[in-house]
Amino acid sequence: MSTSAEPAEAIGITESPHRDLAAQRVIPLRHPGRWIATAVVVVLAAQFVHGLATNPFYQWGRFGYWFARPVILRGLWVTLEVTALSAVLGLLGGVVLALARLSHNPVLRTVSWVYIWLFRSVPLIVVLLILFNFSALYRTLSLGVPFGPSFFRFDENKLATELVVATIGLSLNEAAYAAEVVRGGILSVGRGQREASAALGLPRWYQFRRIVLPQALRAIVPAYVNQLIGLIKGTSLVFYVSLLDLFGQVQTMSSTYPGDVVPLLLVATAWYVILTSLVSLAQYWIERRLRAGERG
Amino acid sequence: MSAGTPQAGDAGAIRPLVRVRGLKKSFGSHRVLDGVDLDVAEGSVTVLLGPSGSGKSTLLRCVNHLERPDAGFVEVAGEIVGYRYRDGRLHELPGREITRQRTQVGMVFQQFNLFPHLTVLENLIEAPVAVRGVPKPDAVAKAGELLARVGLDGRQSAYPRELSGGQQQRVAIARALAMEPRLLLFDEPTSALDPELVGEVLGVIRDLAVGGMSMIIVTHEIGFAREVADQAVFLDGGRIVESGAPADVLDRPGNERARAFLSAVL
Repeated sequence: MSTSAEPAEAIGITESPHRDLAAQRVIPLRHPGRWIATAVVVVLAAQFVHGLATNPFYQWGRFGYWFARPVILRGLWVTLEVTALSAVLGLLGGVVLALARLSHNPVLRTVSWVYIWLFRSVPLIVVLLILFNFSALYRTLSLGVPFGPSFFRFDENKLATELVVATIGLSLNEAAYAAEVVRGGILSVGRGQREASAALGLPRWYQFRRIVLPQALRAIVPAYVNQLIGLIKGTSLVFYVSLLDLFGQVQTMSSTYPGDVVPLLLVATAWYVILTSLVSLAQYWIERRLRAGERG
Repeated sequence: MSAGTPQAGDAGAIRPLVRVRGLKKSFGSHRVLDGVDLDVAEGSVTVLLGPSGSGKSTLLRCVNHLERPDAGFVEVAGEIVGYRYRDGRLHELPGREITRQRTQVGMVFQQFNLFPHLTVLENLIEAPVAVRGVPKPDAVAKAGELLARVGLDGRQSAYPRELSGGQQQRVAIARALAMEPRLLLFDEPTSALDPELVGEVLGVIRDLAVGGMSMIIVTHEIGFAREVADQAVFLDGGRIVESGAPADVLDRPGNERARAFLSAVL
């Protein structure tokens, strides 16, 4: 169809033989749609911010008054306590459950599967309320052989303070989700890694700790942080088992000062945002440290 | 060097480093190994050849117990791998004992399997320090020597991802050597490499052969096999159909399948 000289002529290069095509600047394609969308979003955002700042409904003065009140900080401390304890206990439980699900022992596998299935099926608030009413179901808690002698005996009523009930409930729930996160992380490490460490004669536990787990963490950390953020917000449910966490204190203060409901809710919002932001920041640092080997 | 394949039970013959007897292995209903007998003399190089699915990788993996045989046994340096013979029966060994046996046998994989989160140096010293209790400075010095031997001295602080495939495989060989094994297993060590990188890895293996290292190598590099092997073994359908001196097996195969396969790959 065409000879070798034709294509250059066809796009008009020969019309300006003096110009060096290689030296030309590229004119980027215009995107008017983008500009319109940007303008709409900016206007909406400005309206929203203006509303936040000027609408007397929000009572920003009262917000300032409540933000760092001791009663709010006490609630915040309880939230932090419950979150930290449940995060650690939940993760430990999750690792155990994940290893059980990946084990060769069919009993462990089944028990782990049933546990995860059960606790992912039951709403957290139901778990908490059942535990709260536990003392009615079981008057004493004892550790020993079923139907046989018992080694330890706890008086349930003394054991079950609200903090303990809340922590146990959240940890039980958290462990079920953490188990799946950890299991997914472990499975993401190629089988070749385990074979290579086995071939070197590394003991099984050592293979897991030094070779598999550090690589699994790269997949575990982002997913678990997600989980952790859910947990921070989930702690607001402990109000229903009479534990005065951040949300609990806000609710209590709201019933005492009905006019301050909105600023109090905004105080709770601000603190939850601060907590989850700190967790996200920690995630960023941890992930950067785990990335060794991906880049120099 | 090897004196061919000694007959099983030869009275007075030097006991081979590796003895495989009646080895069988199935995955589900698929029989991968169907009664394999093989001897590997100390200081010799054995090359396993055969079409894919013929059982050569499985045979190799049985030697360090990455696969558990269904029947038969593998013996390395006079010890049955993975089992103890007592009262006329084979008893499975506890994991700790299998781990100890594996320290005598190094393995190099097709996909290198370096530990990506550890540097080259850490890859090399991990097992000697953790398993053999070698003091860290000694392990570091040894690692330097081994890296020099595979032509990679100075790359200690690199991560595996920063190396080419050929370099990674040479590190993997150095890592296996760091445990001072009596036997090295290679599972298609050059199959995952770009063609221009194959030579550098084969060069390292060739040097090891000259140095008298006992090796079993699964490979499709026929020319290389002819050059370094003391013994060539051809598998098909889970059986050894041809074995002996490389010249005989590779150039004058008696078996029909072996002839067809070799003419296809040459």
